[in-house]
Amino acid sequence: MSKHHVSATINGESVEFLCETQQTLLDTLRDEIGLTGSKEGCASGDCGACSVIVDGKLMCSCLILACEMDGSTITTIEGIAQGDHLHPIQQKFLEHAALQCGFCTPGLIVASKALLDENPNPTEEEARYWLAGNLCRCTGYDKVIRAVMDAASVMRGEKAA
Amino acid sequence: MNYIPSDLKVVGTRPIRPDGVEKVTGRAQFGADMRVAGMIWGKVLRSPHAHAKILSIDTSKAEKLPGVRAVVTSKDLPHIANEEAFVGEGPMNFRDLSRNCLAWDKALYEGHAIAAVAANSQAIADAAIALIDVKYEVLPYVIDVEDAMADNAPILHEDLFTAGVEPKPTKPSNIAKKVVFRKGDPDAGFKDADVIVEGRYTTQPVHQAYIEPHACVCSYNSDGQVTIYSSSQGHFMVRAYCAKLLGLNISNIRAVAMEIGGGFGGKTLVYLEPVAIALSKKSGRPVKMQMTRDEVFRASGPTSGATIEVKLGAKKDGTIVAAQEILKYQAGAFPGSPIGPGCMCGFAMYDIPNVDVVGYDVVSNRPKVAAYRAPGAPISSWAVECAVDDLARKLGVDPIALREQNGARNGTKTHYGPTHQNIGFLATLEAAKNHAHWKAPLKPGQGRGIACGFWFNIGGESSAGCHIAEDGTVVAVSGNPDIGGSRASIGMMVAEVLGVPAEKVRTIIPDTSSIGFSFLTGGSRVTFATGMAATQAAERVVEDLKRRAAQIWEIPVEAVEWKDGQAVPAGSNAGAFEPLDIAAIATKAGRTGGPIGAEVSLNAQGAGPGFGVHIVDVEVDHETGAVKILRYTAIQDVGKAIHPSYVEGQIQGGAAQGIGWALNEEYIYDKNGKMDNAGFLDYRVPVASDMPMIEAVMVEIPNPRHPFGARGVGEVPIIPPMAAIGNAIRSATGLRMHDLPMSPPKVRAALDAVAPKMAAE
Amino acid sequence: MPTLNYAAPTSVDDAVKLLAGSSGLAKVLSGGTDLLVQLRSGRLKPELIVDTKKIPGIIGISGSAEAGFTIGAATPGAVVEAHAGLNKAWPGVVEALDLIGSTQIQGRCSLAGNLCNASPAADSVPALFAAAAIAVVVGPNGRREVPVEQIPIAPGRTSLAKGEFILEFKLPPRPAHSSDAYLRFIPRTEMDIAVVGCGISLTLDANGTCTAARVSLGAVAPTVLLVQAAADALIGHKLDADTLAKLDAAAQAACKPIDDKRGTIVYRTKVAGVLARRVAAIAFDRAAGKPVVHTH
Repeated sequence: MSKHHVSATINGESVEFLCETQQTLLDTLRDEIGLTGSKEGCASGDCGACSVIVDGKLMCSCLILACEMDGSTITTIEGIAQGDHLHPIQQKFLEHAALQCGFCTPGLIVASKALLDENPNPTEEEARYWLAGNLCRCTGYDKVIRAVMDAASVMRGEKAA
Repeated sequence: MNYIPSDLKVVGTRPIRPDGVEKVTGRAQFGADMRVAGMIWGKVLRSPHAHAKILSIDTSKAEKLPGVRAVVTSKDLPHIANEEAFVGEGPMNFRDLSRNCLAWDKALYEGHAIAAVAANSQAIADAAIALIDVKYEVLPYVIDVEDAMADNAPILHEDLFTAGVEPKPTKPSNIAKKVVFRKGDPDAGFKDADVIVEGRYTTQPVHQAYIEPHACVCSYNSDGQVTIYSSSQGHFMVRAYCAKLLGLNISNIRAVAMEIGGGFGGKTLVYLEPVAIALSKKSGRPVKMQMTRDEVFRASGPTSGATIEVKLGAKKDGTIVAAQEILKYQAGAFPGSPIGPGCMCGFAMYDIPNVDVVGYDVVSNRPKVAAYRAPGAPISSWAVECAVDDLARKLGVDPIALREQNGARNGTKTHYGPTHQNIGFLATLEAAKNHAHWKAPLKPGQGRGIACGFWFNIGGESSAGCHIAEDGTVVAVSGNPDIGGSRASIGMMVAEVLGVPAEKVRTIIPDTSSIGFSFLTGGSRVTFATGMAATQAAERVVEDLKRRAAQIWEIPVEAVEWKDGQAVPAGSNAGAFEPLDIAAIATKAGRTGGPIGAEVSLNAQGAGPGFGVHIVDVEVDHETGAVKILRYTAIQDVGKAIHPSYVEGQIQGGAAQGIGWALNEEYIYDKNGKMDNAGFLDYRVPVASDMPMIEAVMVEIPNPRHPFGARGVGEVPIIPPMAAIGNAIRSATGLRMHDLPMSPPKVRAALDAVAPKMAAE
Repeated sequence: MPTLNYAAPTSVDDAVKLLAGSSGLAKVLSGGTDLLVQLRSGRLKPELIVDTKKIPGIIGISGSAEAGFTIGAATPGAVVEAHAGLNKAWPGVVEALDLIGSTQIQGRCSLAGNLCNASPAADSVPALFAAAAIAVVVGPNGRREVPVEQIPIAPGRTSLAKGEFILEFKLPPRPAHSSDAYLRFIPRTEMDIAVVGCGISLTLDANGTCTAARVSLGAVAPTVLLVQAAADALIGHKLDADTLAKLDAAAQAACKPIDDKRGTIVYRTKVAGVLARRVAAIAFDRAAGKPVVHTH
């Protein structure tokens, strides 16, 4: 079978690519499109380092076939900042030192954005459960959760950035 | 120069790290993100057997598969003699390392690399792996440490004879080494004791479980020049090990440190790089390799599982008069468990006159262990800190008071040799005693535990530099891969010395051909040792800047002072000149002697030991055995926190790993000696919803051997959690758990054993 | 190398033709959260993947508590969880689906995938069993309605014939004073496979006496179990210590678990009894209209 031709919107831009059936969205983002911000930590949906937002829903790009994506709208970590203006979540991750090695960080930021898009005022417990699919081995999650809660208050307009 | 009492402007603040933005935007390049022109893909064939003789390897079918460009086995690597050298955190036997990268005559664990393929795509490489025909003679295997020590155990290495025993054994054994530390007269000490507690404890191997799998791109040119792009805890380590394993000149290898997605000690060895170089040499193409998560678990190093027997003897007044520990550590398939630090650390926190410690380094059919955060110490302290808690209960005294009474202080001679100087253990205990957590009331069914940890910390060989750009901004260079924020701390120390804001300094990690040798990133040494080199480099630059200013002003250099980032005349006698800042001096550099910069290579000594005290509250579900962590406080003597946020982060992250070790993490083997949980689904690291906030409390007792007083901080926080949680479970339920992990089935079984009625209720 | 084909048909007929006409293994892709892991590990080597998500009606929820709900087989967990009517009438089904994997998995995972993966530990399956859900199966011989408990027959195996797949699930009309609940035990708070799962659906009379109940246990046998003896322990009784003790004993008696990396026989059996009691208490409270705080 020949390769699949897929048209999708990635980070606001129309993208066309060819893929084989078994290629995951993650493989395609990283190896074909050159968006290496989404990471492969497990390839089984257990670590969340490859998190992307597809048609408004948070997903693991390692558990999606690229050929399913025809007509989809995808946001990756590369699409979170607006130009050189960081998203409040990115800014708060920096201010709170919510990253050490930084490998899980893209997935955590994408997942946090999906959280705050859906629930602008989460409790700490809601944030922890929402992010339970994003493993971080460096931080113990403390500063990650603080950064997300702080970003949420900035995005609600309760606090200056 | 020593800045400890100074009024510091940068050190101790919390600027945004220099590599931060590229990490929150997805631009940072980790090992697997690297691509080079003409690159092909390598994959490894791994042993399905725990222990087997390799009778033959037929690669002909794989070689014929279209798209396959090279197949290698151990025959493609030089045969290396049994030789030990110090390049990593401990002695390294390069013959064993080579055999771990590609098996010689035997597969020694499930997952052991047997052969490797390079092909045009990952899919072709995978298909080719399946076409390699290996004939094995399956051998009896041994997994458990005490089984491996038994007389009738299957022997892994016919040429392994126990070191450290006299006379030298004549029969091969799985016991690679016996370690003994003895102080005073332990037998007399126990005779003299009024109270004795003892216990036997076990741990299972746990993996560092960094989220980034090992990955590299290696390119071998026909002239013998090699470039390696990989994520590791030491690109100089990668360079040296690859040179050794492939018989190359070190200077012909250029290793580039990609961003590293977590290491915790686990990336202090090479697994893929030598194989990728061999494949590149054979194929004539750059070769990229990356492990799957399954391979990370099966084939890269966890830390040891162990059994520990501990015994403490004390007088009625609480004075500990004798201590004994017998430690048996799994090394995996090759010698090299962290038995040494295990033997050193357990009792090093206490001033005990009579100590007897015996340790065994034992091979078995598991992956070769690698360092994991304070290698060896958490295992030893798990047993000792539980025993200290039992002793406090038996004596009826407060566990902090007992530790204060017996705690090491300046001048205490450890059982392994050194005498403690400038340590902060008592101050750390004091902070714990005064912390609100220690005094907070508990609800019924809840329990509180406390435990301590010690790590000696290391210094070692480091190189760092400081260069002034033409516009007066600053580049700092560090010879160590940054695994948790060391670029930030090094840049801050340089900024402090130069008197400029942290943002004016950009810190980078050059490749191995662009900076002097640096020992690997491990043992919590980088902010201490490489930071010391960077500080000295910046001081040399300040001296040079003063000299340039003196030249511009035409006054003696002694008449110039460096203040707040500017050269100023030293007093009115020096003359009246407008201050010159770095930019002003830099623009005139061409006329005052050329470019301004310095690089310092040193061997740092005097890493101050670190001590931690952790307090934890738990709640135990008696029906399911589940243990919930309610509150966690980690107190640590950090010397001086250069960037307090990242120091807190180290403490929090280490505690979280310890919580995972305590409650759920373990290697599980099936009845065929194969790992049964090689994935994040069933190797259960803590997730965000498992954790409370972890309050990190920094006690700052400066280390006088570091210009800013820093101590290594990364290792200590993984040591206390297991015993702290075990002690909290004991406080909540009355049960003393002896086996890690304290997983729900084990806790429920222990509860049922003491209250058989409960199950029926 | 063998090629793997992919098709995304837009009608039931086309999907059935593709599945039935495949010479090798053909797999249905709905959420893909199990299928892709199996593909990656090499455990499954299909020749064809049929993505059913473009079939009209396979995603979405219709109906009401009184008339009965219909849930499209490929409806993602996140969509089910956002449905107010289902949350009110079938909180147990919703919470069971919600427990599958992470937020990321919730964006994709489906009831049909969870059922057809045929794992005894699947979280949504005990809740569906307890709910007496009906699977609407389509295939070469047309459409048939099958009680969900007849779909899985062994670990990884279903009763579906070649060419068949599930189009939707029907939940029966809900009488007054009815509710359900699901709990599972896992070592962590998230991201694990159930060591034991338990779903209970029941109806009370005006006095709080149970008039109908279905009790289901997961991960304690080769397939999810429907435990009649446990239901019998509840029917005709109020929520009291004696009833709970009998329920616990009946649940434990039904267990035929294995020792594996996730739990031991002894542990799983004990916890099955514990969960049955806890789930019954929640379901009774919900059916009686008492507020139940939903915690993770």
